[in-house]
Amino acid sequence: MSARELIRLADLGTAFGDQVVHRDINLTVYERDIVGLVGGSGSGKTTLMRAMIGLNRPTEGEAWLFGQSLRQLSRSRLNALHQRCGVLFQGGALFTALTVFDNIAFPLRESRLLDESLIKQLVMMKLSMVGLDPEAAARLPSELSGGMVKRVALARALALEPELLFLDEPTSGLDPIASDAFVELVSSLHSELGFTVVMITHDLDVMHDLCTRIVVLADQRIVADGTPDDVRQVDHPFVRSFFHGSRADRVFRPDSQSERVPVLREQPYE
Amino acid sequence: MADTGASQQTDPGFERQPRDGGEWTLLLSGDWTLRGLARKSGALISELRPFAGDDRVHWDLRSISALDSVGALILWQACEGQPPAHVELRHEHAPLFRRWRERSPDDDRVRFRHETLMDRLAKAGRSGVSHVTGLLALTGQVTLDTLALASRPRQFPLKDLSATIYQAGVKALGITALVGFLIGIVLSYLSSLQLRSFGAEVFIVNILGLAIIRELGPLLAAILVAGRSGSAMAAQLGMMRLTEELDALTVMGIPHSVRLVLPKLAALAIAMPLLVLWTDVMALIGGMLSAKAALGISLNRFIEMLPNVVPIANLWIGLGKSVVFGLLIAMIACHFGLRIKPNTESLGLETTNAVVTSITLVILADAVFAIVFRGVGVAS
Repeated sequence: MSARELIRLADLGTAFGDQVVHRDINLTVYERDIVGLVGGSGSGKTTLMRAMIGLNRPTEGEAWLFGQSLRQLSRSRLNALHQRCGVLFQGGALFTALTVFDNIAFPLRESRLLDESLIKQLVMMKLSMVGLDPEAAARLPSELSGGMVKRVALARALALEPELLFLDEPTSGLDPIASDAFVELVSSLHSELGFTVVMITHDLDVMHDLCTRIVVLADQRIVADGTPDDVRQVDHPFVRSFFHGSRADRVFRPDSQSERVPVLREQPYE
Repeated sequence: MADTGASQQTDPGFERQPRDGGEWTLLLSGDWTLRGLARKSGALISELRPFAGDDRVHWDLRSISALDSVGALILWQACEGQPPAHVELRHEHAPLFRRWRERSPDDDRVRFRHETLMDRLAKAGRSGVSHVTGLLALTGQVTLDTLALASRPRQFPLKDLSATIYQAGVKALGITALVGFLIGIVLSYLSSLQLRSFGAEVFIVNILGLAIIRELGPLLAAILVAGRSGSAMAAQLGMMRLTEELDALTVMGIPHSVRLVLPKLAALAIAMPLLVLWTDVMALIGGMLSAKAALGISLNRFIEMLPNVVPIANLWIGLGKSVVFGLLIAMIACHFGLRIKPNTESLGLETTNAVVTSITLVILADAVFAIVFRGVGVAS
């Protein structure tokens, strides 16, 4: 049985004026994948992610989300699709005028599916899930540290029980312990809830421990796509320098294979 | 490509099946997820409640097709927070229930800050005091900076000055011209109706000249500039706080007062009199055209009479006022802009406050001018 396609990009290209960000992007993300988008600064990772969500309109090619073409969707259908996605933006994008509690409760209240007492329990559970104290609930985003902002943003992204989770640099700005805790959290939630993750990351540890699949963006194109070990074999200057530095060799060294956090991965890629 | 977007959802539900020995199996099925449960969560909780704590009930959760933390919470609530005596569930669903089981009531205790009436009064008092002291401190700081810059004038931020003059002055020419012209027409038309009934048509020149040059021109221009540039200045400073640009300037050793406040003050002090002159001219043109149409006073006669009936002192008073208005608007805008806290609500609130306060203070200052110069430029 082949896995369900959640995202498909066909010959996708984006340009801002004369500046071509990427072209000829072909990519399919299947259910339960944990895809890591890798690329140098300015290689258009965030732009590509925004095209997947439908926040950016690509200049050429086509994108499908949950099997529906983003070009033809009406506003209300797109809103319904967005409710099935959770997005963690790079800067957190928390509502600065709302407390942490209200930030996480906001999508739940807007969905009008649950009453307030259930929302309260869910919000507090999500908070403890991302490792925050109950006291943090009453604070405003401007009173949080950078790492706490990331966690609250993750809790908010998880609030609507998304089928598809987009994470834009989820561990940047986190200390190594928090970063490990994040990997553990996503990996356990992934096996419990069975969602699909597309994440942008520069963190080799996260990639190694979490991603079932890595997509490398360079020279405006996808230059490598496959399991972390497959991608390491690709002969491309960026891949070589990124995956074969001394840090990368430490992370990906063969004898550390046995210590890898097991991640469910039943479906083949094609 | 197959349409996989339509989710194949099944409604959550349960079925009672009898077992041997007077016991029951409670067979749950369907999607126990946020979207599957939709608004049925309350009803399901109350329907399942009677089975909670009943040892004869065997809970069978293996047919549940999808479960998320909302579904687990609903079931956990239905069981009144106690695991049932007999329960069978899929191993991948167990961690979801574990999360709820491991929570203690203490985890939900949040202390939100509630404000009493006294708190609010105290806050209002403190904020009033801090506005006064803040404005005084800013004024003092800017004065000191100006004195310091007088000895090394090359460090004056000339580029910012010219940019602000362009933004607040040159770009306001269109709107001030339009508003001035229209007010001139309206004022002239309304006055001419009254004057004609007294047979005193020729006094239209006195009325328009005095009213526009002494009062309306400066006031109109000041209100427009406060709305246009006052809000822009406050919002700009607020955004710079949000993006930590203010802190970046501080660590470069560049004081906000020199780089941000001073050029704004100087720019409005220079641009306001020029704008007022421009508004005066446009309003008088509107008034002249209207007087010609309504009373038949020719443009030539109007222009000849104007210097004779309106003493030049009125123009100096109008222009002098406008310098003060410009300084006031820039000062208030910067004061409120620098108080903006790094959140979007505060940005909107303080920008509004900046505009409202500067317009109020402009009118207040105008009243003071009217009292101080009551004997100057008007025939008594």
